[in-house]
Amino acid sequence: MLSDKDRIFTNIYGHHDWGLQGALKRGSWDGTKTIIEAGRDWIVDQMKASGLRGRGGAGFPTGLKWSFMPKQNDGRPHYLVINADESEPGTCKDREILRHDPHHLVEGALIAGFAMGAHAAYIYVRGEFIREREHLQVAIDQAYDARLIGKNNVHGWDMDIYVAHGAGAYICGEETALLESLEGKKGQPRLKPPFPANVGLYGCPTTVNNVESIAVAPTILRRGPTWFSSIGRANNVGTKLFGISGHVKTPCIVEEAMGIPFKELIEKHGGGIRGGWDNLKAIIPGGASCPIIPADQCEDLIMDFDGTRAVKSSFGTAGVLVMDKSTDVIRAIARIAYFFKHESCGQCTPCREGTGWMWRVIDRMARGEAEKREIDMLLQVTTQVEGHTICALGDAAAWPIQGLIRHFRHEIEERIDLYSRNPRPIERQMLEAAE
Amino acid sequence: MAKIIVDGIEVDVPPDYTLLQAAEAAGAEVPRFCFHERLSIAGNCRMCLVEVKGGPPKPTASCAMNVRDLRPGPNGEPPVMLTKSPMVKKAREGVMEFLLINHPLDCPICDQGGECDLQDQAMAYGVDKNRFAENKRAVEDKHIGPLVKTSMNRCIHCTRCVRFTTEVAGISELGLIGRGEDAEITTYLEKALSSELQGNVIDLCPVGALTSKPYAFQARPWELTKTESIDVMDAVGSNIRVDTRGREVMRVLPRLNEAVNEEWISDKTRFIWDGLRTQRLDRPYLRVDGRLKAVSWAEAFAAIADRVNATSASKIGAISGDLAAVEELFALKALIASLGSANLDSRQDGAKLDPALGRASYVFNPTIAGIEQADAILIVGANPRKEASVLNARIRKRWRAGNVRIGVIGEHVDLTYPHDYLGAGPETLGEIAAGKGSFGEILANAKRPIVIVGQGALSRDDGKAVLAAAAAITSAPGRDEGWNGLAVLHTAASRVGALDVGFVPAEGGLDVAGMVSAAGQGALDVLFLLGADEIDTTSLGSTFVVYIGTHGDAGAHRADVILPAAAYTEKSGTFVNTEGRVQIANRAGFPPGDAREDWAILRALSDVLGHKLPFDSLGELRKALYAAHPHFAAVDTVRAGDIADVAALASAGGSLGWAAFANPIHDFYLTNPIARASAIMAECSALAAGQLAAAAE
Repeated sequence: MLSDKDRIFTNIYGHHDWGLQGALKRGSWDGTKTIIEAGRDWIVDQMKASGLRGRGGAGFPTGLKWSFMPKQNDGRPHYLVINADESEPGTCKDREILRHDPHHLVEGALIAGFAMGAHAAYIYVRGEFIREREHLQVAIDQAYDARLIGKNNVHGWDMDIYVAHGAGAYICGEETALLESLEGKKGQPRLKPPFPANVGLYGCPTTVNNVESIAVAPTILRRGPTWFSSIGRANNVGTKLFGISGHVKTPCIVEEAMGIPFKELIEKHGGGIRGGWDNLKAIIPGGASCPIIPADQCEDLIMDFDGTRAVKSSFGTAGVLVMDKSTDVIRAIARIAYFFKHESCGQCTPCREGTGWMWRVIDRMARGEAEKREIDMLLQVTTQVEGHTICALGDAAAWPIQGLIRHFRHEIEERIDLYSRNPRPIERQMLEAAE
Repeated sequence: MAKIIVDGIEVDVPPDYTLLQAAEAAGAEVPRFCFHERLSIAGNCRMCLVEVKGGPPKPTASCAMNVRDLRPGPNGEPPVMLTKSPMVKKAREGVMEFLLINHPLDCPICDQGGECDLQDQAMAYGVDKNRFAENKRAVEDKHIGPLVKTSMNRCIHCTRCVRFTTEVAGISELGLIGRGEDAEITTYLEKALSSELQGNVIDLCPVGALTSKPYAFQARPWELTKTESIDVMDAVGSNIRVDTRGREVMRVLPRLNEAVNEEWISDKTRFIWDGLRTQRLDRPYLRVDGRLKAVSWAEAFAAIADRVNATSASKIGAISGDLAAVEELFALKALIASLGSANLDSRQDGAKLDPALGRASYVFNPTIAGIEQADAILIVGANPRKEASVLNARIRKRWRAGNVRIGVIGEHVDLTYPHDYLGAGPETLGEIAAGKGSFGEILANAKRPIVIVGQGALSRDDGKAVLAAAAAITSAPGRDEGWNGLAVLHTAASRVGALDVGFVPAEGGLDVAGMVSAAGQGALDVLFLLGADEIDTTSLGSTFVVYIGTHGDAGAHRADVILPAAAYTEKSGTFVNTEGRVQIANRAGFPPGDAREDWAILRALSDVLGHKLPFDSLGELRKALYAAHPHFAAVDTVRAGDIADVAALASAGGSLGWAAFANPIHDFYLTNPIARASAIMAECSALAAGQLAAAAE
């Protein structure tokens, strides 16, 4: 368990002043000038050495990403874009940073901007985050007033930070769709290559980072990469904000060490599964797009990138959705399929057509109104979507269904049997069975 | 150059080639829907997925990936791409299945049937089973004007139409709204398209979502006879394919010609065909007691002979129209000359263009493709959007490529690209020519400037001075070697050809204005109108008017004798476009009734008049034509004008007037007798006028 001295986000619950004075007391903006004076290469090397992997879901090493920005300026400005479009169902960590610890982010933006030669940072905040945006804006204004950022600031690196407010589209959390949206266009992902590090915002070199990745950077640089990499397991180091939601006694956001066993995470912070550990049915470990993990594989599950991959799921954003045995897991996944169908941007064929198809089939399966051969057909359709699309939304839509079929095929078959024996609305039949 | 191995075949291609182009270079076929050579890359249909070795283990969109983006093999071998692997086959079948699940599969009642990319590719790459058991998506059809019919259930969201209208046509009127499977192509706010190039979206649409409204349910592609020809609706000389069934023209489609129209045509070119069926002159007429009476060819010729023999040569004149081919101009000129008259003219609008000043003084010297090399463009007294829509798209293409300034003197109109509006009249032109103002400096320092001079600037008393001023700008020192930037933009398909054969007043002859006023004063006894309808036919006095033409338009109404002739789709004729390119239009059908080809009418008439023309067939006529004017034999080429002529023209000078330039075309859809006979064009014209009125409110 992470000790209090190792926490980065010390005001994640908003018990203290989230403004500049409070942040200063908690150590933000301490020695920032020294960090910047150490130079661009030093910062990137330190970040690489820290082993920080991007906190947005894909887990790409942050220091490496920063190093992709061109070293020589070819006349185009460089941009830092911070992805605060946190829209994945089950994920709720950036919100806490934005509203309770925004100065971590503002300071991180200055340092990251310096490390990639950017004088401007754009923070793209999810449309539904109204108060969060307001807090963030106040924090930025405070930093401007204190000359921590802006032109001719005390740190000697001009940095302007702008807050952009989205309109509530999930796809705008995809980095290139986010850039399109920032430019005022329709949020549809771009084709890669070229990658944003070469041709990003307004055609200029751009790095897009998750809020958490940027917000942890100042503390890592202050305390040193060895401190950060000493937490967790090799290749999965540092601290991480975990979100626990669903059928636990105390749903919460908590900062914990990477590699914490799932059971420990739930028992210590979630207050345990509703109805006890044995009542656990399945979890989705990192937000709605990650494949479901059944209870028997949760026993020894290690919560980090490699630990979740070992059970054919993914770590995502560490927003754990816990489902106990009262859950109709087919309906749950059908609802997730609906979400992806609803949020598909409609640009490329497999996702546009496939998400609707998958949702319709699995929605029938949730009601039992399907045939068993359609399970294999659905599985095959998910593979026809996965990997064939412009962005990862197609993959994200396919994985939950693949996970469901992998682990709960028997339930789907039982549901189909239940319905075909007695074609009546399945909800009533299930209620009767429960009585 | 970069090496790449495509299906085991190593090819050497430029590194900026896309994988799709590299595959084609290696002879591998890659299916596609959204990709189009002339539009930006969307990469959204996912049909062109290929397998690339060394990359992530998933297929790659070949239209969007450059060869240089590929990683070489571990030992520096060229990158490997597979277009026939199992992964690719699975990807294609998957995408095709997705495209078809919500497609209505209504091929039997779809106009695209037989020439549908989706149909063809479903045959080649699809599977014959349907696993989609749900309801199909229904999308409401959109009304987007009288030309393009929509059937949005069929749409596969390739966005070619959106990209065409925003990129090439320069109007942001089509877009994709909604998202996911609810995404729809629509005009914003349900309004009609306003582009003169909108018909091209019909060709671009790979499925039957956008089809031709006038052609709806008229014919199937396999029952049409296809004839390659040349368009005469404007002076661009767009290459077209005329599709006929029997003797009726069913539709007109563009043909690829990189130098002229690329693969676009204007709506007037495309939808004119119903005008070829109505108001046609199908037999000779003679005016008897004030009324036109149907007569035989012999009677008509006899009446003409009576009048010609009864007058002196100087009282005979001839005016040619905008749609005349070079052959009949050559024949008519020879006939008038043999009658001894010097009165002939082709410049109905009175443009001050003179073939004696050299070819460079009246053609679009930089050529249409040369627009893409320009570094500054000045448009004087023209609205290329209305006068030469396809050429305007080329200017827009140049603008999109960047680093060019475009200035306009004349009417302030929307050209679909941003430009500097400099002024309304010759005074501004004089200042610019003197290098004054910021645009004057830009032009003065340009290496390859183009000055486009429209007929609106030339059909004036000071037309020659305007031309001289334009020539002075383009021939100023400091231009690239051999660059001739003087660009005369014609509006009439026949004009350059007419000037090439010298269809202008001979020594001491009358021009159009002279002939019309002489006729009004009774000083002209016989006037031949070769399809000339754009002159003031009401003030021809009591002159005996012989009208040789195709449609019952202004000229035929005034005529004393009507000789029915063949329209451009009904004869083989040479046309020279505004840049001086010689092209031959082919016969796609026969003229109606007793109508005959124009040259044959003139040849027969010449016999009756006792001045038999020395050719009995089109071949003989062309032989004589080529002997007199060898450059007509060089079909599909441009004989460049002499740059020295431009310099001489520049030194001619002349005093510029004060009146503002007025563009010659205000109603794009009704510029010639065929267009005025077309119901489709009338509807478009009314709609455009309505939109104009609505915009003015």
